[in-house]
Amino acid sequence: MNPSLFSPEGLAEVIFLILIGTTILGASIATLSKRLIRSVIGLAICFLGVGGLYYFLNSPFVAMMQLLIYVGAVCITMTFAIMLAEPDDEKASRKYKSVSTWAAAPLGGLIAYGLSRLAIQGQWLAPAEKINSGSVKDLGMSLLNEYSMVFELISIVLLVSIIGSLALARVGRRKQ
Amino acid sequence: MLTISAHLNTYLIIGAILFGFGIFGLLHRPSLIGMLISVELILSGASVNFMAFNHFLAPDPTVGQIFTLFIMGIAAAEAAIALSIVIAVYRNYQSIDADDLTDLKG
Repeated sequence: MNPSLFSPEGLAEVIFLILIGTTILGASIATLSKRLIRSVIGLAICFLGVGGLYYFLNSPFVAMMQLLIYVGAVCITMTFAIMLAEPDDEKASRKYKSVSTWAAAPLGGLIAYGLSRLAIQGQWLAPAEKINSGSVKDLGMSLLNEYSMVFELISIVLLVSIIGSLALARVGRRKQ
Repeated sequence: MLTISAHLNTYLIIGAILFGFGIFGLLHRPSLIGMLISVELILSGASVNFMAFNHFLAPDPTVGQIFTLFIMGIAAAEAAIALSIVIAVYRNYQSIDADDLTDLKG
């Protein structure tokens, strides 16, 4: 029943455990570190682990997109924003503690615990049969057949958001 | 107990932990960019759940992958807009702390 550690299955499990550790370590760095730039690095580490989990879930295309979009684009954009707008450290350290700071850890833990409990208690029924294998080819087929309208709409959303963010970031510049 | 990568519950618990970290960071962080980072964590917890249900339970295993791809696209658009708003706010207030943006108070 239990595969040995050095069989391919055992090694895959070890890699899976390392990916879980990477994800949770990255998430804790992202939320707990003092400097914002370290948070962004933690977010990149967390997304690296999540991409590996997607690979284990039999979808290498989404794993690659996770790395390209999140680690490659979103984290870099955040780094630029932090370099343009990070306030000095003394200002961050003089923060008075509000109620939300103390309520944050119990609330987050409670929500994670409740969701995990719901997930374990749920009776999930496996489907009788799968109509395709979920490979990259099937993904492309359904993206261009059933979901082609959504595909077009999301490209319009991305275009509008790019134009909007350029217009927004440009506003204060002319006055100075 | 060495084969945990083939169970649905493992992925659901990881998604729940990511969501909990996101909620924690959203309340704990004083600055706008820190809150944005926490929102990305929440979105990725939701994406992990979608991918897990897609792999284990969905009759058509492309639906969850496509949904996750669209979540990524929307998250990228949201990050671009939010970061340009943050830069515009920083130009006007010289600060990105959520507690400092109180022009309408008193």
